[in-house]
Amino acid sequence: MVNDPATTEARATLLAVARSVPDPELPVLTLGDLGVIRDLRQAGDGSVEVDLTPTYTGCPAMAVIADDVRDALHRAGADQVRIRTVLAPAWTTDWMTEAGRRKLREYGIAPPGPAAHAVGGPVQLAFSVRCPHCGSPDTREVSHFGSTPCKALWTCRSCAEPFDSFKAL
Amino acid sequence: MSGVRTLPPLAAYALALGDDALILAQRLGEWVAHAPQIEEDLALANIALDLLGQARTLLSYAGEIEQAGRDEDDLAYLRDDRDFRNVQLVEIPNGDFAVTIARQLMFSAYQYELYTALLGSGDATLAGLAGKAVKEVAYHRDHAVQWVLRLGDGTDLSHARMQAGLDQVWPYTEELFDPASQLPGIAADPATLRPAWEQCVTSVLSEATLDKPEPRWRSRGGRDGLHTEHLGHLLSEMQHLHRTHPGATW
Repeated sequence: MVNDPATTEARATLLAVARSVPDPELPVLTLGDLGVIRDLRQAGDGSVEVDLTPTYTGCPAMAVIADDVRDALHRAGADQVRIRTVLAPAWTTDWMTEAGRRKLREYGIAPPGPAAHAVGGPVQLAFSVRCPHCGSPDTREVSHFGSTPCKALWTCRSCAEPFDSFKAL
Repeated sequence: MSGVRTLPPLAAYALALGDDALILAQRLGEWVAHAPQIEEDLALANIALDLLGQARTLLSYAGEIEQAGRDEDDLAYLRDDRDFRNVQLVEIPNGDFAVTIARQLMFSAYQYELYTALLGSGDATLAGLAGKAVKEVAYHRDHAVQWVLRLGDGTDLSHARMQAGLDQVWPYTEELFDPASQLPGIAADPATLRPAWEQCVTSVLSEATLDKPEPRWRSRGGRDGLHTEHLGHLLSEMQHLHRTHPGATW
């Protein structure tokens, strides 16, 4: 069953459908770009089970994301869809695709740096974030916390525009 | 009485950690639209949201282990104050901004060590949650550190108020390290978290030119359901809607 080419192909199609669903808070990104769809399995009874991982444990978009994935898979012909929330391994911004990072920048949000730098000692090391509007590295953080849990508020010293920066996690 | 005392040890442990996160989330939410600047409204609400997410995972897990049909909402909204297992530190009123920041430094520094220890827990749910939460809490702790440095090593007035905030919350910190239920290999022994917590907090205070308080009393009893008068008031606000419309969904 597992090696049946038709089954493998159907799974790949459904996985692509789930990954193409836009993120409700950052519609410029797909769930695939974000890296939150971890797996998809077809059970013997024809039902589909999707593993979804939250970006933050308290992410309020999770319920909407689960509903959107369920709807998209229903439209693709899957009658029974179960969404499973998985916490481990913990989501990291390192899973964001290159295409996702480019789309974020074009949208006016600075993409995340490498996650290894994010968690340090009591006082964090600052690293430069490039302004998504003018490309200048001469920027400063206004606040660690922005309009959603995954973003910080920054401002550019060169073009004086404020911008969101996706936090490395 | 809803039978909290008969919970299996792992459920009781998850409930205690979940209650800490839930009650502090509720307290921090009170700052929304009242913080000194809009960035702080967002920051404190974000921290509250992370804590609420952790609380949901922990309360759901406690209910699952208990197998009495209680879900996260039942546990959050239908228990009375004596059934809550949080430390008193998280229920004390917000006070001024310095009190809130002092409490946040104490608690985030503790949670950082707690979740770091739980990364190695033999329980997959606790270890999985810790893997996510430790990254969130690193941001919470850093936020508190930056403010303590700024206010402590700031003007005479900000220094005096930061010191007063610190003096006020310090007697509640002892409770974080009281012995908890013995679940070797699964729970973190609170006493082992203390050296790293102490080192973090002490180094921040010294850099912020603040004095480490020497309190003449300490709080006790939160983990046994003994709380300050403040918890009941907090719960009445938090539970009001749910208890007015039992079982309502939308």
